[in-house]
Amino acid sequence: MTTLEFTLVVFLISAVAGFLGALTGLGGGVVVTPALTLLLGVDLRYAIGASLVSVIATSSGAAAAYVREGYSNIRIGMFLEVATTPGALIGAFLATRTPTSALAVIFGLMLLQAAWQSSRQDPDEAANAAPDILATRLKFDSSYPTSGGQRPYHVGRVKTGFGLMFGAGAISGLLGIGSGALKVIAMDQAMRIPFKVSTTTSNFMIGVTAAASAGVYLSRGYIEPGLTMPVMLGVLSGSILGARLLIVARTRVLRWVFGVVVGLMALEMIFSGIRGRI
Amino acid sequence: MAVWNDERLERIVAKLLRAGVLLSAAVVLLGGICHLAAHGAEPVAYRKFQPAEASYRSVSGITGAVARADCRAVIQLGLVLLIATPVARVAFSLVAFAFERDRTYVFVTLVVLAVLLYSLIFSH
Repeated sequence: MTTLEFTLVVFLISAVAGFLGALTGLGGGVVVTPALTLLLGVDLRYAIGASLVSVIATSSGAAAAYVREGYSNIRIGMFLEVATTPGALIGAFLATRTPTSALAVIFGLMLLQAAWQSSRQDPDEAANAAPDILATRLKFDSSYPTSGGQRPYHVGRVKTGFGLMFGAGAISGLLGIGSGALKVIAMDQAMRIPFKVSTTTSNFMIGVTAAASAGVYLSRGYIEPGLTMPVMLGVLSGSILGARLLIVARTRVLRWVFGVVVGLMALEMIFSGIRGRI
Repeated sequence: MAVWNDERLERIVAKLLRAGVLLSAAVVLLGGICHLAAHGAEPVAYRKFQPAEASYRSVSGITGAVARADCRAVIQLGLVLLIATPVARVAFSLVAFAFERDRTYVFVTLVVLAVLLYSLIFSH
């Protein structure tokens, strides 16, 4: 392929990835990296570098739409970033010392988990957490807009959530993804934050987490301008469209559809990694 | 002066993020068009990993290459602007929490900012 053809193909793939990633709150990186390595045979390290940078665009570009709707919670996000950013730095250092075949298998396992998670949960009506002393002191409790007006929520199990977030940050730095799936688990499942607040706050945090490992990726030469250009522009265009749709979309159907697509990609990544083809 | 509260903070943060993303996307697009105009017909694959050239791996290297009218460095400059956007967001939140006199969150935000600057400024 010529540079022009290659750039256009990469742009299209990235736009679809960004669209799906923003709709589900899982981030475009989880789709764009396997797509580039499996479909186009791009080296995993280049794909990871391009994906990480575009994850920042996804997060920041969509955050504007979410914040205006009043879903994301800046205080919860900032506090949990204390855990995700050091995690991301450590993950990025580990990434430069791990063979790509092993990274591919870890990537696939993480994808499987994300797929399983996104097709499984019940949306929103999850029981609210009991008031938690730490959450109250940190001013986490807030409310979010629903069809029936503002609905207040409490936040629980702050320490568990914080620990899970460190792991989410490390996975983000290791694989060059936003690791939105793990962030959503920490908030939605452990801390009992309403699903829409969890996905949007996760989206909001992803950019900051990714910026922490981006410095390491840049100085290690993982960020290749010719490849990252169409990935970043594609993921950004797709994510802006996806974020517009999120406000009206039904989360259960979305999770199921995304779960199947991501599950298939996951198996292919694991298989290719074990066979040493990545 | 208007009162500082979370709602106002969130609105400004959202605008800041969008402006940063749009600016960086414009710079990346400019560099991309310039790069494709010059090298669009050449073959490319990225199948084999070779670390990006040294001049694309640090902020000083990138700005130096941009001054030499290197299109790929213009793309890289846009990407650095993008990476800097969440950092600017955290820095802004620091100021806003200080205006709100929220010491807990000033401390929380300082820790996050320190980690980000460590990653971006030093060579790894």
